[in-house]
Order: sequence, then structure tokens, then C-alpha cells
Amino acid sequence: MLKVFACVLGRDITLAMRRRTDVLTTLFFFIIVVSLFPLGVGSERELLRELGPGVVWVAALLASMLALERLFAADFDDGTLEQMLLTAQPLSLLVLAKVVAHWLLTGLPLVIIAPLVAMQYHLTETAIWVMMASLAVGTPILSLLGAIGAALTLGLRGGGILLSLLILPLYIPVLVYGSGAVSVSMIELADTQPYFYLLGAFLLVALIFAPLASAAALRISTE
Amino acid sequence: MLEVAALACRRGDRRLFAELSFTVAEQTLLHVRGRNGSGKTTLLRTLCGLLRQDAGTILWHGEDIRELAEEFNRDLLYFGHLNGIKADLTGLENLRIAATLDQDPVTDDAILDALERIGLRGFEDLPTRMLSQGQKKRVALARLILSKAPLWVLDEPFTALDTDAVELLQQLIAGQVAGGGAVVLTTHQEVALTQGEIHRLTLGADGSTHDG
Repeated sequence: MLKVFACVLGRDITLAMRRRTDVLTTLFFFIIVVSLFPLGVGSERELLRELGPGVVWVAALLASMLALERLFAADFDDGTLEQMLLTAQPLSLLVLAKVVAHWLLTGLPLVIIAPLVAMQYHLTETAIWVMMASLAVGTPILSLLGAIGAALTLGLRGGGILLSLLILPLYIPVLVYGSGAVSVSMIELADTQPYFYLLGAFLLVALIFAPLASAAALRISTE
Repeated sequence: MLEVAALACRRGDRRLFAELSFTVAEQTLLHVRGRNGSGKTTLLRTLCGLLRQDAGTILWHGEDIRELAEEFNRDLLYFGHLNGIKADLTGLENLRIAATLDQDPVTDDAILDALERIGLRGFEDLPTRMLSQGQKKRVALARLILSKAPLWVLDEPFTALDTDAVELLQQLIAGQVAGGGAVVLTTHQEVALTQGEIHRLTLGADGSTHDG
């Protein structure tokens, strides 16, 4: 089972490495969106500090949406998804492998680049660490929830827009607690731990249920 | 092995076939025929469990394929209109992944042998997007050489192949049937067998006929 998981994970990463533009698009989209705000609202220190966590998190949400549409669509178009549905493996395991690959390619780069782009917002050092940590816990949730939407809208015309409408509302709790953790970390004596407990709980629930839901949705949308 | 009883399928509002019953035993080839749009692909996809039937049952060794799920998939090889290979991966990588997913322990040497047999030796390091339409199909068909699945479901496997490849594919199908397996296929070609039986099933607008 682990072998199959590693096989699908490796496959998706190899494919992405051979077509790097998809990965870079997501990353540059994130960098540009985050950088536009200081240019637009001016360089007032306090204002940027207040805006920063929210802007970075919203940009992360939108960036992770970008690549979602292609999560299953490429495999659907060339028939490899059909073959995956017919393998002797639980489909949810294959879906989980694909989601992990998606996160490594689109979520992890955001976590790593976040401190650099966050510098434009004059965030404190602790706030930057908290931002990285909250993105590290939060972006996998985005990938997992997004997979459900991507599976449901597979093969639909204009699926991209529908996908955003379906999934963005589900991202709200992650956004609230993710950016909340960063905002709170800038107040002295405030504790960010509850935020991380909640994000961690979201992640665990999504980790268990999202692959099952996506697998069921895939079977429906390939019929 | 495969028993189909009172099967009915529709696409949208159109009823394709109903009350379709047949069995596919070991050492049998079931040749599904019919006009374009008569539901051949739908029937094959339903047999694989990719589509849900409106009525009727499909049994594999006496058990419903929906309940067997992954166990049935292990015994099944489906070859559809889409080749099911990744354009950015090489032939070798594609086949290696397919074998791992099917849990067929296959060595790289075996894959290279299969590619040689299908006439693609020397192309194994090229991304399949660089290959011609027929060569892509050959990569996908190399799975048949590697497969140990007792049931093959092949949807128009002969299209885009040259005469050599058609001959090889016919040999493979004959070999599968002779080896105790079963093959269900749609094609406009005739397939000759050295051993085993050919059953023909004709799908049409006014019901379907089945002759042994």
C-alpha cells in the first residue's frame, strides 16, 4: 500500500518537474498579490502591520485555488484517471497521494517564501514565525478541501469558476484562524496556541474525510 | 466467470439496451458488435464498473462486481478509447506506474522486453508525447503483455495500429483466451483464435441478439 502511495506521489512530482510553469505560476501569483497591497495602500507602518496577516492568507488561498483545477483534470483528459479508478487499490489512498503531491508543489513553496514577502508588512520576527507555522498547518487543509471541489467539478464546462464558488466558503475557517494566529502573535502576552489547536483539528478531520469524499465525488463525476 | 443478467443502460434519456443477459466463460472471447452509438462503449464501461447500470446484475465468479470492488479490479484490465498514458512520462515510466498500481510485480527488464515485443525498443526513454498516435497506442497495449489479469475488456483496440501491431494484438488476445482468460472486445475487425470460443453479441436499436 505504501508502495502505491509512493508511486502516485512520485509520479505527480515527476510530472510537475517536467512542466515547471504550473508550479511557478502559483508561486509568482502569490508573490505578486502580496506585493501589490503595500503599493496600493501606501507604506504606513501600522496599517500594513494590521493588513499583513490577512493579505498573506488571502493570497495563499487564491494561489492554492489556481492549481486545484488541474489536480484531476489532466489525468481525466488522458484516461489515466480511469485507470486509477480500476486499480486494485482504495481510490482514497490514490487521492491522498495526489493531494500530498499537490501540497508539496503548491503549498510548501508558499510556506517557504512567506517570510520574504511578509517583510513588506513590517511584521515582527515572532509574527513571521507564526505565519510560517500557520501556513504550514493551514495549506494542507486547503489542498485537502480543494480536492473535493476539484473532484466534484471534474469535466464540467466552466468548472473553474464553480470550483471557486464551492470551495472558497469552506476555506473561511482556515482563513479566520490562520490569519488570526498571526495577528494575535503581534500582541504581547497573547497566546497563539488555541489557534493552532483548532487548525490542527481541522487538518486531522480533513485528512480523514477529504480523501474519502473526493474518491466518492470522482466516481460520480466520471460516470 | 462473468455473468450478466437483465442488464439495462441508458445515456441521458436514451435507452441503449435492456434485458441484456450473457455469460463470459473461461477461454472465451466475446465480440461486441453494433452500429456507432449502439452502446458498445457504455456496455464495456458498465462491465468494468465505471458506469452504473439502470437495472440488472453483473456477477464475477458469482459475486456482484460492486461489492467486490477492488478485488474485481485486480482481475480486470480495461483498455478504453483514451490510452491512459501520461504524455510527459516515458514509456518505461508509464508502464512501471501501471504495473505498480495493478500490483503486478514487474521488473524493468520485463517492461523493456514488453516494449521490444511491441516494437518500441529504443523509444523507451522518450516522453510519450514525442511518439506518434500509433506508437502511443502501442505503449498502452504493452500493458496487455505485462498483465496477469484474467479478464480483459478492450474497447476498439485495433484503431490507429499498423498491420504488424494488429497481428501482434491478435496473437496477444488469442494467447489470453488460450491461457484460460476471457476477453470482451469491440472491434470492426475479425479476430481469429487458435483455441477457445468466440461469442458474438450484437447491439442494435431494436433489442440485442446474442449468438454462440
